[in-house]
Amino acid sequence: MEQIHFYHALKVVDEVCIGCTHCMNVCPTAAIRVKNGIADINKNACVDCGECLKACPVNAIIVEQDDFTQIFNYKQRVALLPTVLLGQFPDDVSEVQIYNEIKDLGFTHVYEVDGAVDALIDSTKKFMHKHHQERPFISSFCPAIVRLIQVKFPALVDNIIRLKPVIDISAQFYRKKLQDKGYAQNEIGIFYVTPCAAKIAAVKSPVGEEKSLIDGVINMDFIYNKVLLSIKNSKKETKKYPENIHMSRRSIGWTLTTGEASRYSGRCLAIDEIHNVIEVLEKLENEEITDVDFLELRACDHSCAGGVLATENRFLAIERLRKRAAWYHRNKPMIMPEREIDLYKTYLQENIGIDKVEPRSILSLDSDMMVAMKKMKKINRIMKVLPGIDCGACGAPRCQALAEDVVQGKAKMTQCVFLQKMLTKEGLISPQESFDISEDTWGKSRFEKKNLNDH
Amino acid sequence: MEFKFEIEGGNFSKAGSASSEVKKILKQLNVNPKIIKRTVVSLYEAEVNVVAHAFEGNMNVDIDTDKIVVKIEDRGPGIPDIDQAMQEGYSTATPQVREMGFGAGMGLPNIKRNSDKMNITSKVDVGTELEIINYFG
Repeated sequence: MEQIHFYHALKVVDEVCIGCTHCMNVCPTAAIRVKNGIADINKNACVDCGECLKACPVNAIIVEQDDFTQIFNYKQRVALLPTVLLGQFPDDVSEVQIYNEIKDLGFTHVYEVDGAVDALIDSTKKFMHKHHQERPFISSFCPAIVRLIQVKFPALVDNIIRLKPVIDISAQFYRKKLQDKGYAQNEIGIFYVTPCAAKIAAVKSPVGEEKSLIDGVINMDFIYNKVLLSIKNSKKETKKYPENIHMSRRSIGWTLTTGEASRYSGRCLAIDEIHNVIEVLEKLENEEITDVDFLELRACDHSCAGGVLATENRFLAIERLRKRAAWYHRNKPMIMPEREIDLYKTYLQENIGIDKVEPRSILSLDSDMMVAMKKMKKINRIMKVLPGIDCGACGAPRCQALAEDVVQGKAKMTQCVFLQKMLTKEGLISPQESFDISEDTWGKSRFEKKNLNDH
Repeated sequence: MEFKFEIEGGNFSKAGSASSEVKKILKQLNVNPKIIKRTVVSLYEAEVNVVAHAFEGNMNVDIDTDKIVVKIEDRGPGIPDIDQAMQEGYSTATPQVREMGFGAGMGLPNIKRNSDKMNITSKVDVGTELEIINYFG
C-alpha cells in the first residue's frame, strides 16, 4: 500500500519567504503557488527534486533534517556516506581525516554506500535478463525520478527496475553484520548522510518498500561543516588515503553521470537534470525512443555532485572524485582481500527486490471521466479570456495552471491582474475589491506604503 | 470533445507534437495509462506517416467517455496498395527519411496493433484518410 501522506524534506520557512515566485516558476511539476505572499508546496505533486531550493534568492526553502543527537539513542551508530561527500573537501584534507572526524562526531562505524554496487550490478543484470519483455528499464537510483514517474508518467512505472538502491543495500548489510556480531535490532542505528532532499523523502516514505532500513538522515552540508571545522582546528597530519580500504572505480563513479549506464551491455542512456529527464520520458512514453535497454535518470545536473546539499562546485567535486578513483585504481592491491560485504552477497541479493511502484497521477482533472471532461471544457473556456503570458502575478506559474486551479475550486479567476483591470474598467468590481484580491495573493505587507524619497 | 491539430509535411522536428497534445488531454481525463500509451503510439506513427509522405494533413480527435476516435487526413501521394503497406517491414520511405531514423516500414502494422479499430482509405495522388478508434473500457 502506498502511503496517503507523503513526507517531504523540503520546507518553506514562512518568516523568511518573500513570495517572489522564483521557486514557483522553476518547479517541474507545477507544485508551488503563492498565497498570502508565501510559497505553498502541494504535497501530492512535489517530487523533492530541490529545484525550488536552488532558485530561492533568500534561502527560505530548507531541507528539514533529523536532530543529530538522536544518533546517541543507539549503541551502534553507523554513518552511511555517499561517495560525493569525499569530493566536497579541499585538496589538503585527507580521507583519513574525514573518516576520523566523522567517528569523533559520535559514530561507531563509517561506510560509503557505493561500496555495495557490485551486488546491485549483478542483480540488475539478472533482473533485466529475466524480465527482458519489460524493456526499456529505468533505474530506481534517484528517488526524485521515481516520484516524477509516479506523478507525471504513470504509464512508465512498470519500467522501473524493482531493486533496492545501494543506500538500502548498504543499510541491510550493516544491520545484518552487526546483528551477527550479537547486537540487538534496537541497539543498531543506521544514519544516511544525504546530498539531496529526495533521498530523505525516500527514507521517510519509501516507495516499493514497507519500512525503510535507515533510522535517520543527516544533511551533507551539516556533516561537511562539522568535519571541516574540526580539521581546521586540529591540523593533524595524516596520509591522504587510508590503507585498509579499497574503493573501486565502479563504486566511486556510481553516483556520477554514466556511473550506472556504463556498467550494462546493450543500449544504455545516462540523462541528468530533471528537465532533460522529462523530455526523454515524454519521448519514451510516445515510443519515439525505442530499442533502449537501460536508462540512468537523475534529477540533479551532473547527478549527485549537483545535489542541493552539496557545498562544493559540482565540477570541482567531480574532478576530485575522478582523481580519487584513479588513485585507488593505481594502488590496487595485487591480491584483493575479501571484502566484508562480499560475505553477505547472497543474503543481500536474496533481499534486494522491492514491490511494484504504484502510479499516482497528478494530471487527471477528476476520477470520473464525465466530470473530467466538463472540467476540461471549462478550462478551455477560461483559457480564452486569460492573457496567456504566464506572468505569475495571480500566484500560479502559468495561465493554464490558474485555469486548472479555478476549475478545481482552488483559485478565483479574478486573481488574474488583467481580468481585474478589465472588470474594474467595466465597473463589475470596485477598485477596493481588486486591491483586496491582490492582497490575498501577495500578502498585506507587500502593499504597505513606501515613501519613494526614503530610497 | 473535439480537437483539431495541423500536421506539417516534411517537418520531422515537429513530428509527434500532435500526439503529445492528445496524450496530455487523455491524462487529464483520467484514461487508463495503458490505453493512453496504445493510443499515443498509434497516433505518433500516423503523424510521422503524414510528415514523411504527405504535403500536409490534420488530426481530428473526438473523445467520448467510452472511446477516442481519431481521423488523420492528408493531402499527398496516397497509398497504391494498402495490403502491401500493411505488411511488416514494407516501406516506400526515401533514403533521406530512413537516415533520420524513420521509415522502417513498421508504421501501419504498428498502428493496427495499437488500436482497437483501424480504417484506411486512400486515393493515389490525392491523399490518405486513416481512422483509429480505441475504447476506454
